[in-house]
Amino acid sequence: MKYVDEFRDGAVAQGLAKAIAAEVRPDRRYHFMEFCGGHTHAISRYGVPDLLPANVRMIHGPGCPVCVLPIGRIDLAIHLALERGAILCTYADTLRIPASGGLSLMKAKARGGDIRMVYAVTDALKIARDNPDKEVVFFAIGFETTTPPTAVAIQQARAEGLKNFSVLCCHVLTPSAIMNILESPEVRALGTVPLDGFIGPAHVSTVIGSRPYEFFAEEYRKPVVIAGFEPLDVMQAILMLVRQVNEGRATVENEFTRAVTPEGNTKAQHLVSEVFELRRSFEWRGLGEVPYSALKIREGYADFDAERRFHLEYQPVPDNKACECGAILRGVKQPTDCKLFGTVCTPENPMGSCMVSSEGACAAHYTYGRHKDIEATLP
Amino acid sequence: MSGQVKKGYARPLDIRHGRVDLSHGGGGRAMVQLISELFARHLANEYLAQGNDGACLPPGQGKLVVSTDSHVVSPLFFPGGDIGCLSVHGTVNDVAVMGATPLYLTAGFILEEGFPLADLARIVESMAKAANEAGVKLVAGDTKVVEQGKGDGVFITTTGVGFLPEGIHLSGDLARPGDVVLVSGSVGDHGVAIMSKRENLGFDVPILSDTAALNGLTTTMLASGATIKVMRDPTRGGLAATLNEIAQQSGAGIHLEEAAIPVKPEVDAACELLGLDPLNIANEGKLIAICAAGDAEKLLAAMRAHPLGREAAVIGKVVEDPNGFVQMQTRFGGRRMVDWLSGEQLPRIC
Repeated sequence: MKYVDEFRDGAVAQGLAKAIAAEVRPDRRYHFMEFCGGHTHAISRYGVPDLLPANVRMIHGPGCPVCVLPIGRIDLAIHLALERGAILCTYADTLRIPASGGLSLMKAKARGGDIRMVYAVTDALKIARDNPDKEVVFFAIGFETTTPPTAVAIQQARAEGLKNFSVLCCHVLTPSAIMNILESPEVRALGTVPLDGFIGPAHVSTVIGSRPYEFFAEEYRKPVVIAGFEPLDVMQAILMLVRQVNEGRATVENEFTRAVTPEGNTKAQHLVSEVFELRRSFEWRGLGEVPYSALKIREGYADFDAERRFHLEYQPVPDNKACECGAILRGVKQPTDCKLFGTVCTPENPMGSCMVSSEGACAAHYTYGRHKDIEATLP
Repeated sequence: MSGQVKKGYARPLDIRHGRVDLSHGGGGRAMVQLISELFARHLANEYLAQGNDGACLPPGQGKLVVSTDSHVVSPLFFPGGDIGCLSVHGTVNDVAVMGATPLYLTAGFILEEGFPLADLARIVESMAKAANEAGVKLVAGDTKVVEQGKGDGVFITTTGVGFLPEGIHLSGDLARPGDVVLVSGSVGDHGVAIMSKRENLGFDVPILSDTAALNGLTTTMLASGATIKVMRDPTRGGLAATLNEIAQQSGAGIHLEEAAIPVKPEVDAACELLGLDPLNIANEGKLIAICAAGDAEKLLAAMRAHPLGREAAVIGKVVEDPNGFVQMQTRFGGRRMVDWLSGEQLPRIC
């Protein structure tokens, strides 16, 4: 496949693996967090850790939009479908996230909720046009990558005069999550999460650009390398991070120059700020309430805000006590540290959100890497 | 299944403009007319013509092999096939990969009120053609009609019967470390062909379903002299699910080479776009075979000599592993598991 195979080339990977091995200092360890679920998935699917020296460890970050959705938000979506008779349109990833009362969107669908999988918000608009006598709600999740299309859909709905379309907005922001991790006691005070640098988001950065990360590099002295989602991108980014660490530098470097500029997509940014504004606080699974970390729909577009339209009240719901998703999302624990991992919590019956999406740290490890746990225990 | 309404009294079925109504499943004359003018007309054979509650079939050589499969595919007509031929191929293949010679099929139709008779006729014609090409006879059938909104056009359940020649024993629990895994051709074609026609996806991939009867290929393979231990057709859940089944049954692991697995570039591209793995995608005209390493070359040559096995390839080997894991050496140079698909990737693929 043109423009894809080039970034998955085994021979180039071997070359990069050699370069990394030559670059790392044997007397120290390197801990890098890949923020995005897209990177987590690529690392597991292509077996990237097999090509890294033993003293380079990747820590999975919270950048999986499905994983960070708290139970209370899924409950709202289920409520709209089951109690308010709305057609709820959602990306397929959210269907299996466990919610309150043993429900999930998939189970709510089996109970008669009209819940429809869509590939894009434009599908939800079409459903609204085709069902003028029903309320149609788009369950909008995701980081800065999926936010501009939601903004466009809201503007389009207004332009068309669609009266039955609204958005349950759960869009969240990357920089605030990174800041939250850097400010966490595990990173700052306790040192239980040794972090030597970040692989910065790929698609998110095409929208927000590379500039927002400069603060982290400067203020927290952590190198950031923005990288594409292909496995060679990840390898190249690791090499660049190792070099920065060795040279004692902490700057923002851009491996993903084929798509990311310092400014990002200013048109998309303007669109987003026309329709959305910052929420004072938003609950993240794993991170808890994070100030100014999410978006809500502006007053001027209130008609398209499902929270206002249906007078929804957000109720926080605690995670299952034994579930370690929170600690895993903060990089404090690994999937195998969780007692539920692979026993009661599997992709078929997820207890926590990290086991749901293919970008979740637990699902990625369970699906692609659990042979390694068994090999590790062999004599 | 047969029974004639006196000619001259009943108007013939309006196949061009007519639609299925509830009387077509009611057990009365309308049902008899539908059967005789549409089903029997295309599927006629001496067993169907017996007209009794069951078909009486001649004895055969070897053990009897039976398999059944329901077909609910959406859309009913897709690039490379339709629910009619699919319902024949699916069941013929299940019998064939047992090593048996499929001979007879039965078919149960659940029709939705309002379904165009013209579409039904196309489907039945397609079944007849597929059965004819596969050398099987449709010997018994049943038709039910459900109210509008209670079905989705047509669902077809077929049951296949065949005889297993003496001395052939294939089973998923016979794979042993050292054995070699082969696939008869490119994987993922059927699933991607169906997806390309789903209205909410709307991408145009010039890819046809691989739906085909594999009994010709299995006969060739069995005649090659290679000792085949396992044959299976990787339908729903794709290559990944089928290999995991075999690994579990045999209590052994399987190691695959990603670079050796044939995947069409269009299928690869569609999967990339949708975030899917071709190894999880359904096939309807491919099979997996496992044989002793010493026989692999002979078997591969036999497969490649058959039109449906031209792209056959050795894709991996069976290894010692009490966990029964399927693992793959990626093109990239790492190793990863190839797990069962979790959840439902795409409802109503076959």
